[in-house]
Amino acid sequence: MSASSSNFFSGTADAGALEVSLGPHHPSTHGVFRMNVRMEGETVVKLQPVFGYLHRNHEKIAEKNSWLAAMPYTDRLDYICSGTNNWAYAVAVEKLAGIEVPERAEYLRVIVGEMTRLQNHTAFLGFILGDMGAWGSALMYAFREREKILDLFEELTGARMMLNYARFGGVRCDTPAGWLDKARAYLATYPAFLDEMEQFLTGNEILLSRLQGVGVLSAQRAINGGLSGPVLRASGVDYDIRKVDGYSIYPRLKFRVPRGEVGDCFDRFMLRLLEARESLKILQQALDQIPEGPVVNPAVKQRGFKPPAGEAYGRIEGPKGELGFHLVSNGTEKPYRYHVRPPSLINLTLLEEMCLGTKIADVMVILGSIDIVLGEVDR
Amino acid sequence: MNNLWAEPGNSRLVASAKSIQTDWLMTDDALKQELKQRGIIVASFEDILDWGYNWGRKNSLWPLQFGLACCAIEMIAAAAARFDIARFGAEVFRPSPRQADLMIIAGTVTKKMAPLVVRLYNQMPEPKYVLAMGACAISGGPFKEGYNVLKGIDRYIPVDVYVPGCPPRPEALLEGLITLQKKIAGQRLFGKDLPRHANPEAPAEYPVPAYGPHDLVPPSNPGVFCPPTPSRAE
Amino acid sequence: MSPLLPQTVLDRLHAALPQARVELVNNPSPSGQHALLVHREDAVQVAEFLKNDPELLLDYASDVSGVDYPEYLEAVYHLFSIAKKHGPIVLKTRTGDRGADASVPSLTRVWKSADFQEREAFDLFGIRFEGHPDLRRLLMWEEFEDFPLRKDYVAPNDCEYEPTPHGDIVQKAAAASASPVPQA
Repeated sequence: MSASSSNFFSGTADAGALEVSLGPHHPSTHGVFRMNVRMEGETVVKLQPVFGYLHRNHEKIAEKNSWLAAMPYTDRLDYICSGTNNWAYAVAVEKLAGIEVPERAEYLRVIVGEMTRLQNHTAFLGFILGDMGAWGSALMYAFREREKILDLFEELTGARMMLNYARFGGVRCDTPAGWLDKARAYLATYPAFLDEMEQFLTGNEILLSRLQGVGVLSAQRAINGGLSGPVLRASGVDYDIRKVDGYSIYPRLKFRVPRGEVGDCFDRFMLRLLEARESLKILQQALDQIPEGPVVNPAVKQRGFKPPAGEAYGRIEGPKGELGFHLVSNGTEKPYRYHVRPPSLINLTLLEEMCLGTKIADVMVILGSIDIVLGEVDR
Repeated sequence: MNNLWAEPGNSRLVASAKSIQTDWLMTDDALKQELKQRGIIVASFEDILDWGYNWGRKNSLWPLQFGLACCAIEMIAAAAARFDIARFGAEVFRPSPRQADLMIIAGTVTKKMAPLVVRLYNQMPEPKYVLAMGACAISGGPFKEGYNVLKGIDRYIPVDVYVPGCPPRPEALLEGLITLQKKIAGQRLFGKDLPRHANPEAPAEYPVPAYGPHDLVPPSNPGVFCPPTPSRAE
Repeated sequence: MSPLLPQTVLDRLHAALPQARVELVNNPSPSGQHALLVHREDAVQVAEFLKNDPELLLDYASDVSGVDYPEYLEAVYHLFSIAKKHGPIVLKTRTGDRGADASVPSLTRVWKSADFQEREAFDLFGIRFEGHPDLRRLLMWEEFEDFPLRKDYVAPNDCEYEPTPHGDIVQKAAAASASPVPQA
């Protein structure tokens, strides 16, 4: 903190301005994120995010190893939603090499992907309540529910968090006997949880006053800032890659894309609740329609995989936003360039804009409403 | 000394202060055994003090609320409803290092983060413990090839318990916690082989590495990090 | 999604900005995502056009990445249109060389989303984005001097303890890293 000379920013601060470093060790920064904030009184007048405290060199390591070896690392990008990360990488590689995916594999990817979205949004509920000061209770409810989805993941893939499930042209393994029924039975109980959470939270006066009108972002700014996923749609933009790109089997499934009106934290909060309900619809349809058949394209050689030279950009709608991979191949066993388009990082582009003029306590809520995971921000 | 209250009905306690000449009683193991069979437990004052002190410490470990990466999510899961770390007395996650006893290094320590981890460790009051959770905190794990990844936090600070896994399941973290509790229970306040926090020779703080042009300076603390020399069979 | 071909974009560009140096770079991959290579001096002008042209409306610069080639560094932008729901259009600019002339113009003023990503490319590749409002290292610390994602970067050797014999793996890796560069 300082009154005259600036600790974090170039130039000098006005007398009376207060500078604090929030993070990287802070209970509400969702990991090791850091923000340098200048305040006048309690009002934020400048905010600079500082990244890199979890920069694990994912891209460099992927370029040193084989194509398939990058798959388990994608698990650790956004470590809450490993299912969709695998999928995005597989989609990009399939674009690069022109690989067909069998029908059943597409269904399994959608099932795992939407379950990942469900558990991400469930965890989000717990985390954002923590950011508002309700540390503990909401998180307990959310994690109780998340554990049940993780149990399904564990039975399917052998791992709770790091699924490593997708493969080029399919998925790694078929479902164990009875898994689909278990999934169906579990998902039937999930709406009750959502109802319960909505009953507890949505009308809650404290929650409304902490979320409504805070961190408002216009649609135009959100598009220009490259925001994606729930944050973009909360600002009223109708852009869901599942609809726009129509990848996998999504064109066959009936679901709606919720949109916000105001673009404040409350819209972002509600949007996730609504999205979770839409995910349930998708899951029910996918579980009902899933055909028999192979789960991976047998023509693809996973180990020693060599895509043709060229480059490709593949993307999917992850729970946090547009997760894309830009891959450059030189026709060998290793990627020449492997780049991740991390939604968590790019969604932070407008963090300062959203926080300016708000109180310092709202910064945490705004950050929570963006829903970042540091593994993906810093990679 | 866990069997101190083993037979509550008929056991009597012989506590002896240093001032009384009881060394013959304390050192005669055969006599101790015989007395124990008759329901008399012999313990020195230091033994009782150790036992009570350790019993209190090990059952109310306050971890630092400090998540670095993936493992932090499993740490939260361990603290949440199903696994419930409160059963082991370690549910009070403190956001401030000044109030914490246990630092769970939950995730990859990058070189950019390492100085801050060491500084947080220095800020914790003694007695303090470090639990390296997950492959990354132990050795760099899957990210060992990375230029910005520290190959194990034990390069800069002493680690008490290593919990392998990527990430370790919450049960593994609980097992690590129990291992740490056993370790604490075995620590002595008096005599030889003192633990670090009771040893006046041991350093109170560890040097914080600096950001260099290519790497951290120094790349490891030689006072802490003593890797075994590799021996390869020909 | 109505497909938008790079050739269409190129034709419109040539019609509107005849002096702009833009060429089509063929992508041999089955992805068919051919790129538009813009001379760096015309990049801002072309970007403004792509964003504002009523037929193209590429208002969403989704992804920015750097690529290291032996002769030059490349900044790659993947552009989409949220209004028209088409894309991607791949826009590339190249630096003069990998040393003193490693600069391209920043497109952050056109697409704010490029802000952090250009800083990342600057940090990891050393591409200087001229005109970027706040060009500092993003991920590594300020005192760091190297550009780690370049192919010739040598990481500090700090794996002292390696219990498994792995000489053959190292040799294999060295042989593979001498592999050819993709034709651009």
